[in-house]
Amino acid sequence: MAAYALRRLLSMLPVVGIVALFVFMLLHLAPGDPAAIIAGDNATPENIAQIRQRLGLDEPIWKQFLVWAASLAQGDLGRSMFWNESVATLIGQRAEPTIALACSTLVVAVAIALALGIVAAAKAGTGIDRLVMGIAVVGFSVPVFVTGYLLIFVFAIGLKWLPVQGYAPIADGVIPWLRHLVLPSAALGLAYVALIARITRATMLDVLAEDYMRTARAKGVAPVPMLLRHALKNAAVPIVTVIGIGVALLIGGVVITETVFNIPGIGRLVVDAISRRDYPIIQGVIILFSGVYVLLNLLVDLSYALFDPRIRY
Amino acid sequence: MARPDGIARTALAFARRHPTIAVGGALLLSMALVAAIAPWIAGDPRHMTPSDRLQAPSARYWFGTDSLGRDVFARTVHGARVSLAVGLSVAAASVAAGLAIGLVAGYYRRLDGWLMRPMDGLMAIPAILLAIALVSLNKASVGIVIAAIAVPEVPRVVRLVRAVVLTVRERPFVEAAVGSGSRGLKIVLRHILPSTVAPLIVQATYIMASAILVEAALSFLGAGVPPEIPTWGNMIASSRLFLARAPWTIFFPGACLALVILAVNLVGDGLRDRLDPRLARRM
Repeated sequence: MAAYALRRLLSMLPVVGIVALFVFMLLHLAPGDPAAIIAGDNATPENIAQIRQRLGLDEPIWKQFLVWAASLAQGDLGRSMFWNESVATLIGQRAEPTIALACSTLVVAVAIALALGIVAAAKAGTGIDRLVMGIAVVGFSVPVFVTGYLLIFVFAIGLKWLPVQGYAPIADGVIPWLRHLVLPSAALGLAYVALIARITRATMLDVLAEDYMRTARAKGVAPVPMLLRHALKNAAVPIVTVIGIGVALLIGGVVITETVFNIPGIGRLVVDAISRRDYPIIQGVIILFSGVYVLLNLLVDLSYALFDPRIRY
Repeated sequence: MARPDGIARTALAFARRHPTIAVGGALLLSMALVAAIAPWIAGDPRHMTPSDRLQAPSARYWFGTDSLGRDVFARTVHGARVSLAVGLSVAAASVAAGLAIGLVAGYYRRLDGWLMRPMDGLMAIPAILLAIALVSLNKASVGIVIAAIAVPEVPRVVRLVRAVVLTVRERPFVEAAVGSGSRGLKIVLRHILPSTVAPLIVQATYIMASAILVEAALSFLGAGVPPEIPTWGNMIASSRLFLARAPWTIFFPGACLALVILAVNLVGDGLRDRLDPRLARRM
């Protein structure tokens, strides 16, 4: 298992390397001087010359890439001229809200989606099933920011149950922290719930049709343990795969959700960078989020062995 | 008089057999029609009437006015044009590129690794962030937005096409074609390409839905088409401070956006059930 994990970790390196190559080429193939792009709009000619010097832009392009990739490998994501601060530091300062939002959404959405998917499969063909699948189709179609403003309008402005926007650090108390996370997580999680509920229902239907499920029913296993221990466990691998793939949806959604709810996280950092043309930040966050995505999907691969003892590494 | 009656009956029978395609298709067609005749049914989407700021929906302004006194109905109707045009263009562009790469990767095995590793890398980059980077590095234009949304979709098409090619190339009719002397390109185009059409039509529909969503998101974040072109995304962005006072400025573009994406997804689900029964059973 450990050897396999290590091997898979190493096999990630080419993918991450290709991501880096893409991001690098993006900057160098764009119209305009890369040094001027990195320097941003308010740069003086001296700034630009300094950046040109530091990045070695007069060197051959393959050498530039290797130098850049080497500093990337040491955790250097570049420097934002607007903030006059390293991108890694800026991301670090804004990590807490983003991690809180992503984790709370992930946990709650998966729990709700599994429950909905299992109920829909158990009651396949009934009104409950059709209702759940209808919600899933609609939920997958409504954009995060539309859901977000609708939730704000109803629950924050109308009913005044929850704060309109913003973020409260967990250090200032758990209750305000949670209250600020409810609406953003709900908006962000809707599409994710829809995606996972659909795959859960489909896989559960396959498993429920198996002979061993009839055997379980015949020997008198109660319905709930039967669904959870016998069926869900056998359905786990495809569901977990989709949970991993769907994280891409969450990552893109975080950027939008933080803008809707004015949460000072990594997503806001990127969106603010757009209007300032602060390219080093956009580039750094792309590399970070791609790395997180690849790593999570590696964990998903490794988790298969937990659900299915036949899978050995 | 018998013919129109026959057509109506056929249409009704089709709608009964494929309700999702019929409902989604009807919604989509009516939206497309409204978008096409927008200049004739709605006023100027850029015209500002400062004295009529933030008016509630009325007989004069069906969807109300925004904070600059612009007609929300006119802007919403014109916004449909950008959404649908971007959605269709992205679907066409990414399917064309993905089909070409996928056919080559699936058939010419020596090129497979060289083509697929970059695709794996591209797939690991979150689509919205890649699009933000592409848009922010170039001058904002509709063409750049289409390219920026299409590029992240390409690897998904490539994987689909490649998987089809890998199964089809082992089938007896392809072997027979090879045996009777057909050469590479002819085999790919005449004998393998047709098998990719059905799954690609389904995939293209889903890509269109996601492209409409991403376009709106980019416009909302300020990384979309130039701000003077009204889109549902930038309408919502420019009205977000007025959510409490003038919810209609956000509600109407938001509802249209959700409705169009829902319509396209419904058509996609219906087409999948009809064209790809193996996949249909899974979802």
